[in-house]
Amino acid sequence: MQFWIVQSLNSLAMGGLLFLLSAGFSLIFGLLRIPNLAHGGLFMLGAYLGATLLGGQMNFWLAALLSGVAVGLLGVVLEAVLLRRLAGNEQGQVLVTLGVSFIIADLCLMAFGGDPMPLGAPRSLRPPVFIGGFAFPGYRLVVLGCALAVAVLLWLLLERTRLGAMIRAGVDDREMARGVGIKVSRLFSAVFFLGAFLAGLGGVIGGPILSAYPGLDADMLPLALVVVILGGVGSLPGALVGSFIIGAIYNFGSALFPDFAYVVLFLPMVLVLVIKPTGLFGRVLR
Amino acid sequence: MAVDALTLRDVDALYGDSHVLHQVSLTLREGALLALLGRNGAGKTTCLASVIGWLKPRSGSVNVFGREVAGLSPEAVVQAGVALVPQGRRIFPTLSVRENLVVAQRGRGLWNTERVYETFPRLRERKSQAAGSLSGGEQQMLAIGRALMGNPRVLLMDEPSEGLAPQIVAEVGRIIARLCAEGLSIVLVEQNLNLALSLAQDVAIINTGRIVFTGTAAEMAADHATVDRHLGVF
Ligand SMILES: Nc1ncnc2c1ncn2[C@@H]1O[C@H](COP(=O)(O)OP(=O)(O)OP(=O)(O)O)[C@@H](O)[C@H]1O
Ligand SMILES: [Mg+2]
Repeated sequence: MQFWIVQSLNSLAMGGLLFLLSAGFSLIFGLLRIPNLAHGGLFMLGAYLGATLLGGQMNFWLAALLSGVAVGLLGVVLEAVLLRRLAGNEQGQVLVTLGVSFIIADLCLMAFGGDPMPLGAPRSLRPPVFIGGFAFPGYRLVVLGCALAVAVLLWLLLERTRLGAMIRAGVDDREMARGVGIKVSRLFSAVFFLGAFLAGLGGVIGGPILSAYPGLDADMLPLALVVVILGGVGSLPGALVGSFIIGAIYNFGSALFPDFAYVVLFLPMVLVLVIKPTGLFGRVLR
Repeated sequence: MAVDALTLRDVDALYGDSHVLHQVSLTLREGALLALLGRNGAGKTTCLASVIGWLKPRSGSVNVFGREVAGLSPEAVVQAGVALVPQGRRIFPTLSVRENLVVAQRGRGLWNTERVYETFPRLRERKSQAAGSLSGGEQQMLAIGRALMGNPRVLLMDEPSEGLAPQIVAEVGRIIARLCAEGLSIVLVEQNLNLALSLAQDVAIINTGRIVFTGTAAEMAADHATVDRHLGVF
């Protein structure tokens, strides 16, 4: 009984973490059609920046915000300098973003060394919470709360503001959007900022669970891909549901069949690709 | 002499290697409606694309109320007071009707969502619906309303009657006449000769990328030879 309750809570927390990881990737892929394979690298960079700032005794949330902004700005530069020239050239985008992720990985190794760097959760959130008489790490619930907050804010921004409508207009018909006066390329830079910001932010918020270590990027990118493919490319609700499904599969899978963790993880993705290639919530991209 | 709303002078435009517009010159007088006529593929849409900034003319000048806009980005041309009702409507299909309007809102002026809804009551009824689910006629009204939301001084309309049922065409015609009466300067590209001549003061005919006739609507109606030669399929 305790196993099921604790694993369920862990699954929810893991799902939240996965959403923080994959929301930015989904946003950039869905709106800009750019498969940003540097997303894992940006996540890792956020974690390292956060670890550094926390080492200097900065407030946890301020460190998360600053790391997110820094990574977001890097994303803007990446989009303006490299990716804008490759509009429509998906193969080029894949290769360039993969190359960038290798560069980020090497630079992190040079700057932060090969040893893992821990990120401490805010002290007030460290004590375990008791749910139904079982102790549960309190910070994991905070991660879940952050993920839900990010999901709601993103949804409001995209679906309930004029800015969001302008972004969607640019996605629907870029030329026509410019023809009604929308500065589409500036908006698309903003979307890239937001996606990269979420990666950096996710790296810090996930830090107390994952910590920052060489290879974090390569561990995270496949998870983001699995989530987005399962949930449906470019669908925010899809990314949310996909995150919780994968979170559950990952937790129960590695607890029940520890030898097959990766099979358990990727099998649903393969099944979805075979049965419904657009993902659970995806629509066909125009 | 009053400055004209829109002038094109000796505009040459190309799609890649294919030379589509040759030395096109046109004048839209302030407050007038200029009908731009021509067969399929003559270059009408390309003329409008060169004005709105989708296509950069290779040479020549495009002038809006005295301001040179040739080569500017579409955003800047819209800022200068031009709006386009494009061929095929091109409303944003996944946005709601209301969102289609608000994303195009700019400038202070008469036009806002409320006035568009008053002009097109059908759009008010469907304001929360995805624009892609509207009928063809409703989409055309939305495309017109969206252009008006920019409070333009020059309105470019590319075949607004294309593919619409006769009573809807008549309704679109009434709206255009009203906009014209309110003083808006309009370029109307049309294949529907009757509609165009009922609304236009001035006419220009384009054939394979060259302007072959300019004059008043009355002059054109009297010139059967020109009409037969350049618009013969009508
Ligand atoms: N994007 C494009 N690339 C290459 N050629 C084009 C493109 N668009 C139009 N053309 C060519 O330019 C010429 C003029 O086309 P345009 O669309 O301006 O004609 P039109 O007068 O608007 O015709 P219609 O009445 O059919 O809308 C045609 O020969 C067309 O094939
Ligand atoms: Mg045309």
